This record gives sequence, structure tokens and C-alpha cells, in this order.
Amino acid sequence: MEILWFCLVAIMIAGYVVLDGFDLGAGIIHHCVARTLDEKRLVLRSIGPVWDGNEVWLLAAGGTLYFAFPGLYASSFSGFYLPLMIVLWLLILRGISVEFRNHIDSPVWKPFWDAGFTLSSALLAVFFGAALGNVVRGVPLDASGVFFLPLWTDFTVSGELGILDWYTILVGVLSFFALTHHGALWIVLKTEGPVHDRAQRVARISWYGVLVMTAVVTYFTFTVQPQVGNNLSAHPWGFLFPALAIAGLVLAALTSRPAKQRFLGSCAYLVGMLTSAAFGVFPYVLPARPDPNLGLTIWNTATSGYGLRIGLTWWIPGMVLALIYVTYVYRRFAGKVRLNGEGY
Amino acid sequence: MDALTLHRFHFAFTVTYHYLFPQLTMGLALLIVILKTKGLRPGGEIYNRAARFWAKIFAINFAMGVVTGIPMEFQFGTNWAVFSKAAGGVIGQTLAMEGVFSFFLESTFLGLFLFGEKRLGPKGHWFAAFMVFLGSWLSGFFIVATNAWMQHPAGYTLTSDGQIVLASLSALLLNPWLLWQYLHTMIGSVVTAAFVMAGIGAFYLLSGKHEDYAREFLRLGVTAGFISSVLMLFPTGDGQGKNIARNQPVTLSAMEGLFETQQGAPIAILGQPDMQAKKLDNPLLVPRALSFITYLRWNAEVRGLDAFPEDQWPDNIPLLYYSYHIMVGLGTIFIAVMTISFWMLRRNRLYQARRWLWVIMLAIPFPYIANTAGWTTAELGRQPWLIYGLMRTGDGASMNVSSGNALFTLIGFMGMYTVLSILFLFLVRREIEHGPAPVHGPEASSAH
Repeated sequence: MEILWFCLVAIMIAGYVVLDGFDLGAGIIHHCVARTLDEKRLVLRSIGPVWDGNEVWLLAAGGTLYFAFPGLYASSFSGFYLPLMIVLWLLILRGISVEFRNHIDSPVWKPFWDAGFTLSSALLAVFFGAALGNVVRGVPLDASGVFFLPLWTDFTVSGELGILDWYTILVGVLSFFALTHHGALWIVLKTEGPVHDRAQRVARISWYGVLVMTAVVTYFTFTVQPQVGNNLSAHPWGFLFPALAIAGLVLAALTSRPAKQRFLGSCAYLVGMLTSAAFGVFPYVLPARPDPNLGLTIWNTATSGYGLRIGLTWWIPGMVLALIYVTYVYRRFAGKVRLNGEGY
Repeated sequence: MDALTLHRFHFAFTVTYHYLFPQLTMGLALLIVILKTKGLRPGGEIYNRAARFWAKIFAINFAMGVVTGIPMEFQFGTNWAVFSKAAGGVIGQTLAMEGVFSFFLESTFLGLFLFGEKRLGPKGHWFAAFMVFLGSWLSGFFIVATNAWMQHPAGYTLTSDGQIVLASLSALLLNPWLLWQYLHTMIGSVVTAAFVMAGIGAFYLLSGKHEDYAREFLRLGVTAGFISSVLMLFPTGDGQGKNIARNQPVTLSAMEGLFETQQGAPIAILGQPDMQAKKLDNPLLVPRALSFITYLRWNAEVRGLDAFPEDQWPDNIPLLYYSYHIMVGLGTIFIAVMTISFWMLRRNRLYQARRWLWVIMLAIPFPYIANTAGWTTAELGRQPWLIYGLMRTGDGASMNVSSGNALFTLIGFMGMYTVLSILFLFLVRREIEHGPAPVHGPEASSAH
């Protein structure tokens, strides 16, 4: 039952990253692919009806994590206090930048929110990556399962740890490139004309960034978190996850393929990377260092058997309904966005 | 300030600010559905245009509600980790249900409602409006269910290692505390939305602008305001009061400022609790009234604060007393204002009564104050408990987050919310200034 919920939470987080990932990516490349205010509006329109729903995946994932693994929720949210609060502030800035921009037609108002949108999206991408880096690297948990990390110390992965060190920054940079690439493919899919062509170029360049950073981060991950190597050699079927990521990355690079397939390739890459990380640290959900035995596992953070069982009875129908809504809204707003007509 | 005080203030500040927005959108969602229903009838175009105007106000408020709401779900973990670890298996259920059942629904249909009127057609657009209403009222249900469990825990067991785990999901969702608290909260949000709608109608009539719409806003706002104000007192306020009398008797004594146990206890209309002398200064009393409304007997004995050990008393009795009295006092005034307005509406006198329209317009802020005071009463009344009878507030905070870090983020939120407030007022003022599209003539191109 704990393993099942671990998989369900992982799926929800992956859903968040894939969906809100393209919103963040679109935000990052907003200024490179769209020159005029109208072109920027086009980019915003491509995410306008869906970004809020995409962010809901974060809330639903957080809520699911909360009831299934309250020990993990409590320990990680309080221990990562400062970066989480910064993420919240950035989510606020991102949300109002998208929502408030088009209320006033002014050459001062709109560029201001465009800048806020780009800045918050870029920093969120880096912070989410760094957060994943922290989970893989491990945190200084004490015997009661509590820790608190400052934003940075001396940027090394030994001694006194901080949120940002050379390893987590590398993961943050990887996340920045991966979401930039993801967002660029979304814009390629959703637009035409000069915005489409520029996004095509951004996708090509950022793809190399993703490739290089994936190789670098993967190499260092085996030294920073030995559990990953151990899990892979003990259960070789786990190579499926990185294989999925590589296949997705290859598919995303094939410019001869339709934009939809390339975008799905990028989705597969993101899912593959996240599941590789989850597989790599399993059964830990928050590894500890320097003493790995203090790590939080799915076993010592889960709620009671009844809670997990009864949770399934509403979670499954609830998520089926949610998937129906999500599918419906994506179909409703399918196709290329244009500047005339309804909406943003 | 010590860390615990900061964690408490952190949550109180962010949740109070957050609730300024959902309390309008939940009620307004209902009023928009009513407008859209009228819009389905032949010749109902004015209602569709009115709904389009309110949708813009709704969208700004909804965006504010979303961006200030996300920090709430995170703060259980960041600032109240000990509480979350112990009780997450219970209240995490309702919070996750909110995400799964209402947020997906709400966000999906809000997108369709705001951007899809032409694509969906009149019935489809009505349906989208209805689903937004359903989503927001479901969301309210799960949040109040969470709070109701903290007020009156049900359906749980304690494990040997101090965890509070779920024993019965149905007991959690059918908590006897929940029904009245939910209805009282939701109808409170209808009061806010009704006063805002009527108040803006009054503003337009007084300014001589958008007068066709103004009359519709007044008619719907005053009707909804009259019904909801009365429902706030009875049965929902009464039911909620009986919940408190039965399950949190010490809270009732503190709310009423009743220091001494007595038969035929009075209700204090005014007065200031003097915690040193343990009495009410300058009291204005209605004799025996408290005994009657609590037990329906004029001579019934009502326990005062002296009947309870002091370590069980809510830790801020004066503020609790004031919040409660402000809520009840304003609620009474709302009933009076809306009864007179409704009577004038039925007599066709309302639209010409300029002085009374001033009253309706200037009343807009007060439901916000009353709703805020109501939640302050509920939350201070629960003290000194975080989970009533199970965990004290002082035992639930994140002890690994130092006071300096908590103050840092508190100041951050205060600064951020100040900026948000300015933006919000600026944008809402623009929409009100702009007003709905003229009744006759083309729909102006939307700013969206």
C-alpha cells in the first residue's frame, strides 16, 4: 500500500512538472521568441486557459503527499522552509503576471508584467531543480526526522549543508534548460509565424544544453548519492526509467517529426528523469547525510493502513474525474492560438 | 517575539488576508449562476452582459484567492510541522480531497467560463458557470471540514507513538460540527457578495451611470442579501452557537464575557472584559437573554469562566469577545438594512431613495469585517487548543524554524500582500469605472 501511494504521489508530481513545466518554459523564453507586445500576448494565450489548472497539480500532489506521508510532508516542508517560501512568492508573482497583464493596455504596464513573468518562471525552474537536487543528495536529518537547511553555506556537499551547493545548482541549471526546451516545444506546437520559428530555434539550442547537463548531472549523481548506483545494480529493470528519458530526448530532437510528437518526447524525458530519481533513492523519500540510516523512507513516514486504503476509494474516482476535465479543456483549446477571437 | 507567536501570527495574517477573496468569489459564483439562469430566457441579454461584468470582478478576486491560497496549504508543513506530522493522516485527507475534487473542477470550468462563451453557447456557458459555483462551494466544504475537525475532532484514533490517524472517513465528513459551520460560512460569503452587488448598483444609480444594470444589481443584491442575512442568524448562527455551547462551553463563556456562573445569565451588548478584575467593565446587559437563547429557559444556569480552570481558557479573551460582538452586531445591522431595502424594493421605492442608496453603497466593507470577525471568533475560541482537547497550539509549531526565519517570511508576506492590495484595488476600481457594456449596442471589445 505504501509503495502504491509512493507511485501515485510520484505520478502527480510528474504530472505537475510536465504540465506546469511548459508554462514555466513559455515564461522563460517569452522574451526571446516574442518581440512585440502582440506576439507576447500570443505566447500568453497559448497557456492562458490552462496554466491555473496546471498549477492545481502541485496543490493536489501536495495534498496527497500530506495525507499519505504526513511525516515526509512535515519534515521536508519545515526543513526546506526558506526555499519553499521563496517558491511561494515566485508562484504569486508568476500568477499575477499572467492574470493582470492584459487588464490594462499600456506600454508601461504590459512590459512590466512580461518581465515579472519571465523572471519568476526562470527562478522557479532553477528552484524546482535545486529542490530535486536536495532530495537526491540528502539532508541532515536528526534522529527525530527533523532538519533545517540554510539557503547556502560553503557550496560543498559535505560538512555543513545548504540548499544551494555545486550539485544542487547543477540540477537547477539542468531543470532550467529542460523546462526551457519543454516550453519552446509547446510554443512550436501552439503557434505559427515568426514566434513559431524563433521557438524552433530556442528548442534546438536548449536541447544541447539539456543533453550536456543531463550527462554532467547523471555522472555526479552516482558519486553524491551512492544509493542510486546500488539500486540500479540490484534491480537492473530500473534502467527502464533513464531509457525512457533518453528515448524522449532523442524523439524531441527529430525536427522531421510533427511538433506534437516532439513535445511528447520532451514530456517523456521529464517523466523519465523524475522517475529515475525516485527509483534511485527508493525506499528513501528523503535520504539523510552524513548518516544514511536516519533517512526518511516510505515506511516510516506513511499514515495508517486504514487512511491509505480509504484514501484510494475517493482518490481514484476523483482523479478520473480530474483527468476528464483536463482532457476536455485541452481538447477545447487544442490547435494553434491566434490573436483574433476570444480569450487572452 | 518568540517563534510560537510568530508562527501563529504568520498563519493568522496570511489566512485572514486570503479569505478576503474567496468570501466574495464563493457567494458571487452563486449570484452569477442566477444571472446566467435569467440570461437563458428570451430577452435575457442584459443578464448575460451583467454576468460578463461580474465575471471580470470575479476573475480578479479569483486570481487573488489562488495566489494567496497556495501559501495556506504549504504553511501547515512549513510552520506547523509537529501538528502536520501528528495529524496529517486525518486533515491531509480533506485537504487532498479539496485539491482533487474541487480545484481541478474549478480551474477547468473557470477557464471555459472566462474564455469560452462563444464556443460553448448559452447552455454550455451556463453549465460552466454552474460548475465554477459547484467547485468553489466544494472547496469551501473541504476546508471547513478540516477546520471542523480541529474544532471538534471525530473519526480518529491515537496510536502508541503519538500519531493521530484516521479511523473513519465518514465520521470525518459527517462531523456534527461541520454542517452548521459550513452553512454559516458559505451563507456569510453570499452576504458579502450580495452587499457588494447591491452596493455597486447603488453607486451606479447615485452616479447616474449604467442605470439599467444598477437596478438589476440592486434587485438581485438586495434579495440575496435579505435572505442570506436572515439565514446567518437562524438557523445557521443559532446552530453554530449551540455547537459551541455543547462542545466548547468555556469558549461560549469567553465570547459572551460571562465571568461568573449564574442562573438567568444576561447577554452583554457592550462592555470591555477586564482580565485583571475578571469582570466586564461598562456593561450594557439584556437580562436572562443568554440563558434563554442557549437553553430556551429564562432561568437556566449558564457556566461562566469561573467554572473552568484557567489553563483551559482561550488565551486572548478580550479579542475573542470583541470579534464575536462585532460579528453579531454587524449581522444584526445587516438584517435591519436588508429588511428595509427589501421592503422598499417590493414597494418600488428603492431606486429613487437616494439617501438610502448611500447607506447601501457605504455598507460594502462591513460584511468583510463581519466574516473576518467570525473566523477570528472561531479560531480564537478554539484556543488554547490547536486540535480541541488533543493538541495545544504551543505543541504544534515547527520548532526547527527559528523566530528569525519566521519573521523574515512574515515580513516578506506583509510586503508582498501590501503590493497585491494596491494592484487589486486599482484593477477593481478600473472595472467598476468601466462598468458593464451598454444594454443597447455592441459588446465593447473586452480588455482580456
